[in-house]
Amino acid sequence: MKFAILVNEGPYQHQASDSAYQFTKAALKKGHEIFRVFFYHDGVNNGTRLTVPPQDDRHVVNRWSELSKENNLDLVVCIAAAQRRGLLDENEAKRHGKNANNIAEGFRISGLGQLIEAGVQSDRLVVFGD
Amino acid sequence: MEEEGVVKKFLYVNRKAPYGSIYALESLEVVLIGAAFEQDVSMVFIDDGVYQLKKDQQTSVSSGIGMKDFSKTYRALEGYDVEKLYVDKKSMEERGLSVDELVVPVTILDDAQMGELMEQQDVVLSF
Repeated sequence: MKFAILVNEGPYQHQASDSAYQFTKAALKKGHEIFRVFFYHDGVNNGTRLTVPPQDDRHVVNRWSELSKENNLDLVVCIAAAQRRGLLDENEAKRHGKNANNIAEGFRISGLGQLIEAGVQSDRLVVFGD
Repeated sequence: MEEEGVVKKFLYVNRKAPYGSIYALESLEVVLIGAAFEQDVSMVFIDDGVYQLKKDQQTSVSSGIGMKDFSKTYRALEGYDVEKLYVDKKSMEERGLSVDELVVPVTILDDAQMGELMEQQDVVLSF
């Protein structure tokens, strides 16, 4: 089956990101296709490379990056939600005159159309939120 | 747009009050962007989500909470061909709201009808 995943909450604050990660990993292992993982609301904070969690805890952001690398997973962060919350890639930083960017490896910033497209293209859109 | 020909039934489920968290505003942004994809869109308002449609919201700095009043945007949805708006009967009753206190025309659904509507959808986005 072809799944799309929507993550609506930030890392550590809420289980949504953990559940989405576990679901995605399990679905891939079973041979399903993940069309895209879309990050919205505070979910965009899953895509910042500046998190430094305690060493004895899971690294939510790196975990997504690694899963993306291993499975060629499309991780998309909503641009409007990201701008509000201070998540920028190189282009966005330049465009808004900011002196740094903080997007993590494997993530890309794009529009909400990518979420709708994921809903249209997939057999199931699974929402992980509050 | 990109997905010419494919029309799915999209349902947006709104359950939160409008200003206490950002879910309502960002849900509306998805609906507006999504309209360009020409899908079959419905919106439902349940629990505190019914407050999103309440008339006479006063949110300016001088009269309220210093936030943008986005309740007017619901009135513009018609122009985007988003015309199927539903509210949950029990949620309205529990909050003492009637349909003429809302900014847009809506259809009231009871629990069974709400379940039926959800059952018919291809994509359900819950905010």
